[in-house]
Formats: sequence, structure tokens, C-alpha cells
Amino acid sequence: MAVAMPAAQMRALIARQRRKDLLFVLLGVAALCLAFATFITLFLDMLIDGWSRLRPEFFTQFASRKAEQAGILAAWVGTLAVMVVTALVAVPLGVAAGIYLEEYAARNKLTAIIEININNLAGVPSIVYGLLALGMFVHTFGLGASIRTAGLTLALLILPIVIVATREAIRAIPGSIREAAYALGATRWQLVRHHVLPYSMPGILTGVIIGLSRAIGETAPIITIGAVSFIAFLPPAPVQPEFPWLSFEWLASPFTAMPIQIFGWTSRPEAAFQANASAAALVLVAMTLVMNAIAIWLRYRLRRNLSW
Amino acid sequence: MATTLNEAAVPAGRMARNSRRHIGERVIELVLLACALVAVLTTLGIVFILVSESIGFFRAVPLLDFLTDTQWTPLFSDPHFGIMVLLAGTLTSSAIALVVAIPLGTVIALYLSEFASARVREFAKPVLELLAGIPTIVFGYFALNFLTPALRHLIPGLPGFNMLSAGLVMGIMIVPYISSISEDAMRSVPMSLREGSYAMGATRLQTALRVVVPAAFSGIAAAYILGISRAIGETMIVAVAAGMQPNFTLDPTQPAATITSYIVQVAKGDLPHGSIGYQTIFAAGLTLFLLTLVFNLAGFWLRRRYREVY
Repeated sequence: MAVAMPAAQMRALIARQRRKDLLFVLLGVAALCLAFATFITLFLDMLIDGWSRLRPEFFTQFASRKAEQAGILAAWVGTLAVMVVTALVAVPLGVAAGIYLEEYAARNKLTAIIEININNLAGVPSIVYGLLALGMFVHTFGLGASIRTAGLTLALLILPIVIVATREAIRAIPGSIREAAYALGATRWQLVRHHVLPYSMPGILTGVIIGLSRAIGETAPIITIGAVSFIAFLPPAPVQPEFPWLSFEWLASPFTAMPIQIFGWTSRPEAAFQANASAAALVLVAMTLVMNAIAIWLRYRLRRNLSW
Repeated sequence: MATTLNEAAVPAGRMARNSRRHIGERVIELVLLACALVAVLTTLGIVFILVSESIGFFRAVPLLDFLTDTQWTPLFSDPHFGIMVLLAGTLTSSAIALVVAIPLGTVIALYLSEFASARVREFAKPVLELLAGIPTIVFGYFALNFLTPALRHLIPGLPGFNMLSAGLVMGIMIVPYISSISEDAMRSVPMSLREGSYAMGATRLQTALRVVVPAAFSGIAAAYILGISRAIGETMIVAVAAGMQPNFTLDPTQPAATITSYIVQVAKGDLPHGSIGYQTIFAAGLTLFLLTLVFNLAGFWLRRRYREVY
């Protein structure tokens, strides 16, 4: 049996524990501030180094041996082209896979294998995807270090993100919607086409944007397939003045991309190229932040408008 | 009952349409299944490519040499293939990253889940998420051009490329991953456990450390393990800031190559397809894949466990 503590001692004990609580809160705030401060420093550092290079010409000039004349035209066009391929491949595949797993899949071995696979793929280092692409797309299929290879590689990389986002969005739809559709004689596909897909669209879109913002900054896999940082031409335009009007030659074109360009410039010792690197990094960060901000805003809006 | 009803009341045209519809449904299901199987094919493709290219490598280099040699000079005239050299770089830089990321991530998670007001949480979580989205090449630039010069004031004579600044920046990069997964785990601890603890007179900190942390332990462990796997697989920060020279050392102030930065360095050059130099990156990649696979499976298993408990 514990003997009751004298009141003074008890008060001291309580005060001590309260102090510890307060100390931990301070520690937590400090940790959070340290993380934020690092990121603010990162931005300021890039701004100071790169601001002077952020002129309109920077966006309209090709890479150059002279740092002052170098720009990111080939890089941003290349990034844009690769992202188009990535989105066109990853979105249909990922959404279809997500629909299959949520609406169709039976609880069997095959489903379990697919699920474990997706979970594992999400944790595979991105450079391993680069090796897959180098061995498979570049050498076995002979697609070369082209826009289509990079697009396919990054599509595989973000596939797990799109699948998981699709599944989460679909899971949020209440079962009563499904029951109502079935009760009216809808087939499974009609249910998916007319109800599940439209209702889960904002959630899927959020996942797609987050996936693409991850892909846009990925450097390692596209270096591995052999993209070079010095490209002084643009891929052929997809729209042609002559008869077929549409051309898909750009898919096979060599390319460079924003992260590759940054990496190329950071590996040079001259300070002027480092300034270019930081200006390009600012542009890349702005791209990813805008995409992420849109995704977060979408999710926030979605949460508010959710009323079944 | 249902069949007699069909035969009696449903006209033949509608029956035919129904069966066509049925076939259409099956086709759609199979197409969707095929899309889902792409994930399996990707894994098979990764394993196939890594293993088939590595077989050629291990024909030329005995596995024992690969694991025990203390030099990594695959492109020299007297080639040595000791993966330990690259592994030392990977482990050193990852260890530094984790020394930063685990305490910071855990404290932030505990603070956000147990102490912070809803407003702070609503602000901090999306911002952390945004930060997790910054491309790693940008962190590499930061480590090389800001942190290394800054660290030189503290450690005179620090080389321009070193694992210390790469590891520290990598740690900061991993913080959001660790804090968000551990916070999820802590938030899924039922309120009744906390209420029980408060009712016994425990303070918030006591409740957090003695009730919430043990209850969320498998989720927190999963966060750590996924953080480790991310640190091991991280490429661009070490490639930019740690130098790419193989160096058998555990000293963080030295430059060194990691498994990932070696792959980048070789892939940047133009090695002929099928040469031993070309095959080394697949052997290195296989090592990396197996390392992260172990951690990923452990993390996956732990995460599933905490989800199932409550």
C-alpha cells in the first residue's frame, strides 16, 4: 500500500512533470522550425545564386559552353514532352488497375500477389527503374535514349502512386451508391462508368498530379537510360504543316530534361554554371510546388464538398 | 424460378442483348485485370533484367571476390570488384541521414499528433508534404553549394565532396516521410487508451511516451524502416555532393561513391552494351534491389500489423 504523499511534495512532482511537458512542446516546435528553416534556407540560397540568371532569354536559349548564354529551352520542352508520355501511359493503366482491384478483384491469391507487388514497387529505388529501362526499353526493345523511353520509365515509376490514389478515392464512395445502381439493373461496368469514376475523379486527379510532380523531378532513372545534358535542338513538332498533320517523330527524339540539365551544370566547377544550375533548380521547384499546391487544394476542396 | 421467369416474360431480342452485354462485361474485366498485371510484369521485368545481366558479371567475377574484395576499380586495367567499397559509402551516408531523420521525424510526429493544436497541424502537415515533393537533385545542389561551405567553418579542411553534408541533407529530406507515417500510426491509437492514461493522472508527455508510442510501435518502426530504405536508394544527393570516387572508408568527412552514385557515374559515360563495366551496374543494382526489398517487405508487414490491431 502506497503511503499518501504530503501535499507539498505532490505539488513539486506535478510542477516537475508539467515542466517536462513544456520542454517537450518546445522541443517539438524547435524540430519543426529546424525542418522549415532548412527549407527556407534552401530557397533563399537558390534565389541568391540564381536570381540574376532568371531572365526571359534563360527560357528561350539552348545550353551553351558559355554560361551567360546558356538557357533551359531544350530542358523544359523535353520535360514537358516526357510528362505528356508519362501521363498518357500511367493514368489509364493506373486508374484501370485501381478500378480492377477495388471493384472487380476477388479475394484470391492473384489479387494478393498484385497488391504485394504494388506495395513493393512503391519502395523500389528510382534508379532501379532506370536499370530496368536501360536493359529492357533501350537495349532489348531498341527504343534508344528517347522521349518515349523516359516517358515509359517514369510512367512505371509513378504507377503505384496513381493506383493507390485511385483505390483510396474509390473506397471513399459509400456502398449504398453501388447497391442503388445494381438495384436499377446496372452492370458492373455501367456502375463504374456512370458512378464510381465520376465520383472518384477529384481524388484520382490529386493522385495523378502528385505522381507527375514526383516524376518531373526524377533524375536518376533518366540519367541511367543515357539522357545527355547538352542538347541544342528541339524534338520535331507534333503538328506538321503537310498532309498527315500529326507527327509522332518527337517520341523517338533524343532529349534533355530539367533535372538532367541541373545535374549537368552542378557537375561543372565554374561558379557561373552553378548559378545556372540554381536558376534552373528554382524553375523546377516552382513547377513541383505549383503541381503539389494544386493537388493539396483539390484534396481540401474535395473534403469540404463531400456530402453523400 | 428466375429462369422460368426469363423464358416466359423476356423477349428473345433482349435475351440476346443481355448475353452480348455479358460478353462485353467479361472483356472489360479482362482488360482491367491486364492493366493491374502491369505491376506484376514490372517487378518480373526488374528481377529478370537485373539477374540476367548479373549472371554475365558473376561468370567473370566470382561471388566470393565480389563480397570480400576491398577495392572497387572495375574500369582499371587491373580490375577489382569489391562491392563492400560501395556498400561502405551507402551505409555511411545512410547512417548520417538516419541520425538526423529519426529523432527529428519522431519528435515532429509526436508533437503534431499529441501536442499541437488543430490549426498548427492543419498548417504543418501540408507544408511538410510540399517539402517532401522537392526534387532530390535540388537537395544535392544545396548540400554541395551551401552546406559544405558552411560546414567548412566548423571542420577546417573538409573536402568539397564529402558524405557528411550529403548525409545531413538526405536526413532532412527524409524527415517528412518518417514524420507522416509515424504520425498516422500515432493517430490511429484509439482515444480511449489516452483517456485511460489521463484519468490515472498522467501528463501529456507521459501518455505520449508510455501509452501512444508503445501502442503505435509497429507503425513507427515501419516508418523508420521505410526511411532506411529511402536513404539507401537515394541517388542524386550523394551523386552531386559526396563525389563519385570509390573510397573504402566509414569516415563521413571523406568523399566516397555509393552503390547508387556509381550507377549514375557509369551510366553517364558511354560503356558498350555487354561489356563487364556495363554489367557491373546491374550487379550493383541487384545488390541495391535486394537490400531495399528486405526493408520494404519488413516495413510493409509492420504497417499492416498496426492497421489490423485496432
